[in-house]
Amino acid sequence: MEEEVRLMKGNEAIAHAAIRYGVDGYFGYPITPQSEVLETLAELRPWETTGMVVLQAESEVAAINMVYGGAATGKAVMTSSSSPGVSLKQEGISYLAASELPALIVNVMRGGPGLGTIQPSQADYFQATKGGGHGDYHLIVLAPATVQEMTDFVALGFDLAFKYRNPAMILADGIVGQMMEKVVLPPQRPRRTEEQLREQCPWAACGKGSRGHRNVVTSLELDSAKMEVNNLRFQETYRRIEENEVRYQEYFTDDAEYLIVAFGTVARICLKAIEEARAKGIKVGLLRPITLWPFPKEIIGNLSKKVKGILTVELNAGQMVEDVRLAAECRVPVHHFGRMGGMIPNPTEILEALVSKLNIQQ
Amino acid sequence: MTREEIIRPENKVYSRPELLTENVTHYCPGCSHGVVHKIIAELLAEMDLADKTIGVAPVGCAVFAYNYIDVDWIEAAHGRAPAVATAASRLNPDNLVFSYQGDGDLAAIGTAETIHACNRGENITIIFINNAIYGMTGGQMAPTTLLGMKTATTPYGRTAELNGYPLAITNLLAQLDGTCYVTRQAVHTAAAARKAKAAIKKAFQNTVAKKGTSVIEIVSTCNSGWKMTPAQSNDWMAEHMFEKYPLGDLKNE
Amino acid sequence: MKEEILIAGFGGQGVLSMGKILAYAGLMDNLEVTWMPSYGPEQRGGTANVTVILSDASISSPVLDTYDTVVALNQQSLDKFEGKVKPGGTLIYDPSGIHHLPTRTDVTVVPVDAMQASIELKNSKTYNMILLGALLKLRPVVPVDAVLRGLKKTLPERHHHLLPLNEQALLKGMSLV
Repeated sequence: MEEEVRLMKGNEAIAHAAIRYGVDGYFGYPITPQSEVLETLAELRPWETTGMVVLQAESEVAAINMVYGGAATGKAVMTSSSSPGVSLKQEGISYLAASELPALIVNVMRGGPGLGTIQPSQADYFQATKGGGHGDYHLIVLAPATVQEMTDFVALGFDLAFKYRNPAMILADGIVGQMMEKVVLPPQRPRRTEEQLREQCPWAACGKGSRGHRNVVTSLELDSAKMEVNNLRFQETYRRIEENEVRYQEYFTDDAEYLIVAFGTVARICLKAIEEARAKGIKVGLLRPITLWPFPKEIIGNLSKKVKGILTVELNAGQMVEDVRLAAECRVPVHHFGRMGGMIPNPTEILEALVSKLNIQQ
Repeated sequence: MTREEIIRPENKVYSRPELLTENVTHYCPGCSHGVVHKIIAELLAEMDLADKTIGVAPVGCAVFAYNYIDVDWIEAAHGRAPAVATAASRLNPDNLVFSYQGDGDLAAIGTAETIHACNRGENITIIFINNAIYGMTGGQMAPTTLLGMKTATTPYGRTAELNGYPLAITNLLAQLDGTCYVTRQAVHTAAAARKAKAAIKKAFQNTVAKKGTSVIEIVSTCNSGWKMTPAQSNDWMAEHMFEKYPLGDLKNE
Repeated sequence: MKEEILIAGFGGQGVLSMGKILAYAGLMDNLEVTWMPSYGPEQRGGTANVTVILSDASISSPVLDTYDTVVALNQQSLDKFEGKVKPGGTLIYDPSGIHHLPTRTDVTVVPVDAMQASIELKNSKTYNMILLGALLKLRPVVPVDAVLRGLKKTLPERHHHLLPLNEQALLKGMSLV
């Protein structure tokens, strides 16, 4: 397959991108608003072309453990779900992190808690960035704002996951999952051959073959001293990721007197609010974290030295705002504006919140 | 005849299976796990499958199975071995994938994964050690604990009113279209162990031939958990366990 | 050029697919497009609406609170979105089943009786294409040709015999305004 320009939903783009990246396996369970991922894969039947395995599991719990099993054999495997389903996957995600396995998990967030709503949300920020399962671990968390990024982050997520042997997550809101945009699909990459896999993943439990020794993938270590060594190794990996993989985008920050920090589709709604603000003479800029973990602390710290106030806009009760406050180190007031339960703020609401919360005199 | 004359290769009638590692097992003396491990190690060597085998270890007494049999292993979360084995098998169709699970892992916390892997007819072998108790955590009630049996969580004996009935899950798995071979064996005598070995061999053959899911239940003892000597355990198992869990093939297609 | 359009009505009136056809036409015409549905229980017969943005520059927010053009296909949608048309914008509505007429005087208000027109074409499924024709006559944001090319690309081969009927419906809609 060649590069192709298409109009499609973010969820559909994830499926196309997975096939074109050369993913070995997808394991999922239907849940709104992300069921199009599995549906699109079933429609495209990649097992007949690239040989990619696609399986509807009996539960999210089974799906994430299938991902664990596939990843343990060195394969590029993924799952997708939405908030309640991702809660069910947390056990498996912790095991993936503890076993240092690369994998990609997609969360197309809907409003919670509980069964909540099927409308968009960003209320799983804490769960995704602070480690939703047990133990000290981090996922590499990517927050797409466009259908193009939904596509591109499949490749980026897998590349980072394999580079650091750590699971990556695409943390999308329901908006970018359900909306359609123009997207450039990358050309087909071949799946890795067995030899390439064994070379890239000498740790994989894929049968001893000619390796001469057995590989064991496990997260269990009852000797506390050794388990601490394991933990220190994980932390060392996280430090390397923090040093090398922070990604963000800045808009109108050069002359900004005020700063909005927002991620995902909400950042785009904020951009529209910023256009309106600037038309009224309010100099406001936007910082959009692309990696939510590692979090772009340094740039936010630097910007906090030159602006008068910061507002985070989130589809939740105030989660990322805590990380922004830590990064701003009390230099300027940091406020939060959010809608919850599946409600989406419009640009006018955001502009009003900016003016009132940061006490901007017009 | 001198000692040196006796110890010669041509006189050798038994040796440690080459695929059993040098690690000392953590199993209690008299436990059935050791015998089953040995059978697996022997078969994988005899069938020349060691280099393409992926074992999936459970949570339970056999959690460290990967320390004892010299093949590639994946340690699964509690109950999830059939899901882990599903993906390992589907993504590596030329490998032999088997899971090794206890009664709590397979028939309590992992019931859904067990039933659905069997129902999909995954090309895997499931080896199911049923000793009617949770050994690793200190002898609590298992789904397969017999009525009246005393455990740490049924100190006055299991009652149907309080705890429900012992679950003969293998009977259930035999009903599923995805299973090709479902059998119940034991390893408490040499004869039984030989039959169990033949059964596991057949299961591995089925898996290699991609015939669907094979389930080998090994009705087992836990003399520590049962608070008996190994010999007493074997007798008690024959007397009580086989009534609820009778040995023999439940399905052989 | 940038056109921000909202189409709202009952689920089943073809609201989402009308938006989709418009978005495809934009793609055919090399525009940037976003198609943002209100999704959920609406898919089962309640109210549905979709925001379509066509632009020759990259698009920021897919979520809007005012629109250049609103197409309202039932009373509920008309009531909800009449006030959201930008001054100078366009409000298209289907008069069938409408009891309270729109009152705005600072926007172009155009009733399009697409229901009646689809009956004349003897195919109720032409309803949304008639409306699209009317929309494109009033707001020529993409050429009719782009709509037809988009349809041809997205419709499965077995439905290609319906292309002439769709073209007819588009032209019919254009003739109504």
